[in-house]
Amino acid sequence: MALSGIQIYKLLPQTNCKECGFPTCLAFAMKLAAKQVELADCPYVSEESKAQLAESAAPPIRLIVLKSDGHEIKAGNEVVLFRHEKTFYNKPGVFVKVRDDLSEEEIRAQVGPAESFVVNYVGIDLTLDGFAVESVSGEAGKFTAAVSIVRSLSRRPLILISTDPSIIEAGMRLLEGETPLVYGANAENWEKMAEVARQHKAFLGLAAATLEEAAGLAEKIKGKGVEDLVLGLSTNGLSTYLIQQTQIRRLALKKNFKPLGYPIISFPNDAAAAAQAITKYAGFVVLDTFTAEFVYPLLVLRQNIYTDPQKPIQVQPGVYEINNPRPEDPVLATTNFSITYFSVANEVEGSGMPAWLLVTDAEGMSVLTAWAAGKFDAERIAKAVKTFGVADKVSRKRIVIPGAVAVLSGELEAELPDWEVRVGPREAVDIPKFMKLVLV
Amino acid sequence: MPIELFTDKWPGTVRTVTIGATAAQGGTRTSAVTVGGQKTLPFMHFEHETQYKPVVALEIKDHRQDDWSPLLLQEWGEVMDDPARWAKAAEEAGADLIELMLNPTDLRGNPTTPEAAVKAVKAVLGAVGLPLLVFGPGQAELDNALLVPVAEATKGERLVLGICEDKNYRTIVATAMANDHLVSARTPMDVNLAKQLNILITDMGLPLERILMDPTTGALGYGIEYGYSVMERLRLAALQGDTMTQLPMLVTPGFEAWKTKEAKVGEGVPAAWGDWLKRAINWEVLTAVSLLESGADILVLRHPESVRQVKAAIEELMRVPEIF
Repeated sequence: MALSGIQIYKLLPQTNCKECGFPTCLAFAMKLAAKQVELADCPYVSEESKAQLAESAAPPIRLIVLKSDGHEIKAGNEVVLFRHEKTFYNKPGVFVKVRDDLSEEEIRAQVGPAESFVVNYVGIDLTLDGFAVESVSGEAGKFTAAVSIVRSLSRRPLILISTDPSIIEAGMRLLEGETPLVYGANAENWEKMAEVARQHKAFLGLAAATLEEAAGLAEKIKGKGVEDLVLGLSTNGLSTYLIQQTQIRRLALKKNFKPLGYPIISFPNDAAAAAQAITKYAGFVVLDTFTAEFVYPLLVLRQNIYTDPQKPIQVQPGVYEINNPRPEDPVLATTNFSITYFSVANEVEGSGMPAWLLVTDAEGMSVLTAWAAGKFDAERIAKAVKTFGVADKVSRKRIVIPGAVAVLSGELEAELPDWEVRVGPREAVDIPKFMKLVLV
Repeated sequence: MPIELFTDKWPGTVRTVTIGATAAQGGTRTSAVTVGGQKTLPFMHFEHETQYKPVVALEIKDHRQDDWSPLLLQEWGEVMDDPARWAKAAEEAGADLIELMLNPTDLRGNPTTPEAAVKAVKAVLGAVGLPLLVFGPGQAELDNALLVPVAEATKGERLVLGICEDKNYRTIVATAMANDHLVSARTPMDVNLAKQLNILITDMGLPLERILMDPTTGALGYGIEYGYSVMERLRLAALQGDTMTQLPMLVTPGFEAWKTKEAKVGEGVPAAWGDWLKRAINWEVLTAVSLLESGADILVLRHPESVRQVKAAIEELMRVPEIF
């Protein structure tokens, strides 16, 4: 747990020497607590205090960064239980599992589409983060063959899964220069697994049935000098999982309980479990299979939950030209909330019909929310029309407002007397039909 | 190694709300549904027993809904022509409750009449024994015109009437009070607006035990994070003891998910979106499960397969683990 300003003050020299640039040690301590200054700014702090402060400054959930050629996946360093308290920082890496008892063709058929999967969501390319190769055969040869095939198809970070340290060791030899995650340290094999992880500088995932077992195992492994750990809990049902993950996050953040201060790896077996893993604190999510129709919504959920609540994602207000509009084409008004913008822009683009998209400054809110908050009204729309010189771009003055704010049409006619005001559909998905039927 | 769990101790409790009245209670429902009563964040069974589980409602309409996703039209088929049969099919699909949403117009485009609305509600009540939620088309004036006669014709049934919002709450609350019904109070994704509306409603004299709140949600990909966080904040406020937020939450992931392009459209979309039907159901299920995690008590869905998956998730979440 981070120390308060007063607790930090007690560790400072308390001489008010002002060399740090602050009038008193207390003022400096407060800034330090708020993480606005560095401890190094105090020239007289004792070594003992430094060590204590460094300990308390260590993140309550250790940062783990899986690396491979050109890719990096971070987990940990989270600071809150609820996203509205600040934000969730490191989006859980989503991996697809590959079993080593599959034939080469089967592995290729599974990895190929998952590797090339990319879907554009509000201007962001969503992709998977890597693959988890699992030893099911129990043979090192088959395992290394599977790792090689996966590596030949993908440069993304890997997770190696086996409870046999010699199999992990064999796999690691193929991954020189990378920092993957090796998974499967348990009560029996932990010493050897820790040794393999240490030698190859890999992160080590441990598998335990209960929180007590996980904490005990983490402490033992830490005792061997391996501190880059990931917690795996072989869970039995959604409620057990939820309670375990919540306790891990609470104990780490609220009690600075180091034995559980690590990211979590989760192996969901259905849609509900995967959704819960995303919303409730997983650092890595390993899926049994890849299907586009499941990975797409899952990655969108991850994107949504990990959006910073203090910074609504916005686009620049202005006039956007879609499908090369001419002066006689219509003007469609919407807000600058990015999800709204992309929904509307995609539909207009997909309709194949040209239009001028007028994006008003609604402070990043969606149509209805902005309207309710007074950020998307007739006055603002009219102002945007003037600010962006829309009248100079069009010969036929036609403006379409979203159906959800149909009530604005009268006021907008008053604000823009020489314009023809039309009410469009409520939902973006109905725009193409509307444009074809009504705007011809 | 022994661990001392981090346990929250909350002073507040979510109210229990019972929907539907059986014959013994002056109605005609064969069962009632009770939600709420939580003393912990969702499913934190080790802190306190969770008495009532979240429930699932299926949304039906008073007539065929041609603007719905073709997948839903295909799934429900001809029962959509008859609200009574549709309700029966929804009951068979495992719904705990039925939400009948009235259209603004009939199939010919004429405004829905109060008589037609009453007839549809009565038909549904006659066809199934489940508790019923009746929602107007979502236009304040029309909602008032349709819901008042519906409330009067079903006195004592403990229906949930919606949408009750700042524009029309007086009329809806008055008729709910006069006819022994409940209301669903909807506000647009804002903790303070939700509180404010609950205060206005209780000021009229409707007890908190007859109010659900609908903080509005967005679908996955279309603003779910806003609704999700507002729900978490409302539930935290309730547990901290803020009386006017201590109400069970109703949300409509079915309505939200099925209006997204991902669920509605099967052609001319990127190949990376995958199989249409499975994607659409995943869209609804992931939306619903996320809202379950953030405190939803009633989830209104549209597809039977989503009902199956979400109910299975609820069963699992309600299981009290002995060790963890």
